[in-house]
Amino acid sequence: MENRTFYNAVLTEHNLHPMYKHDLEDADFTLEGVNPSCGDHITLKLKITDGVITGGAFVGDGCAISQASADMMLELVIGRTQKEAVRLSDIFLRMIKGNASEQEIEELEEASALRDISHMPARVKCAVLGWHTMKEILKEASGTADQ
Amino acid sequence: MADKAADKSMKENRWLLENPYRKDFPIFRSWEGAYLDSAATAQRPACVIQAEQTFYERHNANPLRGFYDLSLEATDCYEKARRAVQEFLHAAHPEEIIFTRNTTESLNLVAYSYGLHNLHAGDEIVVSILEHHSNLLPWQMVSARTGAALRFLECGPDGTVTDEQLSEAITERTKLVAVAQVSNVLGSLMPIEKIVKLAHEQGAAVILDAAQSAPHLPISVQELNVDFLAFSGHKLMGPMGIGVLYGRRELLEKMPPFLTGGEMIASVSRREAVFAPLPQKFEAGTVNAAGAAGLQAAIEYLQDIGFEEIQRREEKLTEYVLRGMEEIPHIHVLGSKKAKEHCGIITFTVDGVHSHDVSSILDTDHVAVRAGHHCAQPLMEYLGVPAAVRASLYLYNTAEDADRFLQSVSTVRRRMGYGE
Ligand SMILES: Cc1ncc(COP(=O)(O)O)c(C=O)c1O
Repeated sequence: MENRTFYNAVLTEHNLHPMYKHDLEDADFTLEGVNPSCGDHITLKLKITDGVITGGAFVGDGCAISQASADMMLELVIGRTQKEAVRLSDIFLRMIKGNASEQEIEELEEASALRDISHMPARVKCAVLGWHTMKEILKEASGTADQ
Repeated sequence: MADKAADKSMKENRWLLENPYRKDFPIFRSWEGAYLDSAATAQRPACVIQAEQTFYERHNANPLRGFYDLSLEATDCYEKARRAVQEFLHAAHPEEIIFTRNTTESLNLVAYSYGLHNLHAGDEIVVSILEHHSNLLPWQMVSARTGAALRFLECGPDGTVTDEQLSEAITERTKLVAVAQVSNVLGSLMPIEKIVKLAHEQGAAVILDAAQSAPHLPISVQELNVDFLAFSGHKLMGPMGIGVLYGRRELLEKMPPFLTGGEMIASVSRREAVFAPLPQKFEAGTVNAAGAAGLQAAIEYLQDIGFEEIQRREEKLTEYVLRGMEEIPHIHVLGSKKAKEHCGIITFTVDGVHSHDVSSILDTDHVAVRAGHHCAQPLMEYLGVPAAVRASLYLYNTAEDADRFLQSVSTVRRRMGYGE
């Protein structure tokens, strides 16, 4: 009777043993993301040098999906350029809506473990919390870089 | 769970497996899960669905408006439903029953029509910390607009209230006390008799939120001696979109209308209107007559079975679930240890697993429960649990539902990556 859940090993591992869930001193950007309806929240911190994300971390509280997703995201984007991070988050957001190709999903590495959330409309906002927060930061960061 | 113990309790609860009421609920013919979210909304028996349909098929016209036979018939159906509610609540007069959309609207009616006109700076409104947001936000509004202070009746972690807590909250400044008879999180019962006595000694009105009690307990507004009472049809197996406000006649008569427009006037000139007598004064616009007919059918269905039988079943099943949960490590049930003090509501947390994840896992096993703050954030804050899972039972639930729930809950931590 026990049915398969979308809580696969990759997801639960990132939730129970996150690599990036800690404070980050002298971060260049800090932004809080909240889902008011369910209370999930994260504070995302990024270090950005010459258009490259050189460091990142988050603290927060919420369901496994929101927390694991933020951890997977940081693992994916640290070391990449801002532009690349924006492109990957667009793929992620499309994957959650069920609109990404297999090839694109592969690029997301471990974050692809969340692909089944697309069948769980009630949980989509948990999965995208970190990614939306990062996109906000990157928008602000590219604004300041242009000036 | 140890097999022997499970076997024994299964035998004891054999009669729970043979649930004679479940077949009355058409939803269980197509949906095969364990429905454990009746505190959010109940399922409806065929007779309720049929009553709504019959109204539309045979009696439909705008009640109270036409002078032709069909409209009179529609009016008749609607007023019969009012008398069924009157009898259900043991109210003295049919015009003390006002139909609304739900508990929330009933409570807002009292807040806007009674609260705003009877409270002043220096007065105090007392609500308990257990309240559903529906019985908190209207009073926050009254407090903000009138300058009356909002004061909280505190309770213990199991929802019990001591005499000291009562006399501390209800004082000579109290003008209004609004409390839920049964908490939608803990399932605990408020000592309404004591509250009414204290409040009335101070000349304060008592508003009872019966959203979670009306489906499970017999209620007599005259015995309880409350001034207002609100409940929703959909939680006691009636249709969605029909609710009730009971109000003491002397109070309702003095209150101004909440909404104005059609149906609630005696005469209107260009500049003013004379309002209709009770209950029409509070039922502006076309009413939900089919919903009222459905509610009457639900009340009759409940009365045929009887609260004694409903409570006996719920209590047995709650006991079975509570005992099963005690054997699962890392589970914490909020509220009382006694099944009797839960009104079918079992709210719990699982160590290290967020309530939304618990409910998602249960969902994959076709167990429907509610997760989150349950619209009672002040209570959750006081209990120190920002979110929890709530399983709530009603008369159609079986031991099979309970077993499916227990089985699923016992696997949650493992499926979330914790070792045993
Ligand atoms: C105690 C309590 N009060 C009020 C409400 C609000 O009921 P409704 O949404 O039907 O207005 C609920 C139900 O959610 C409740 O449990």
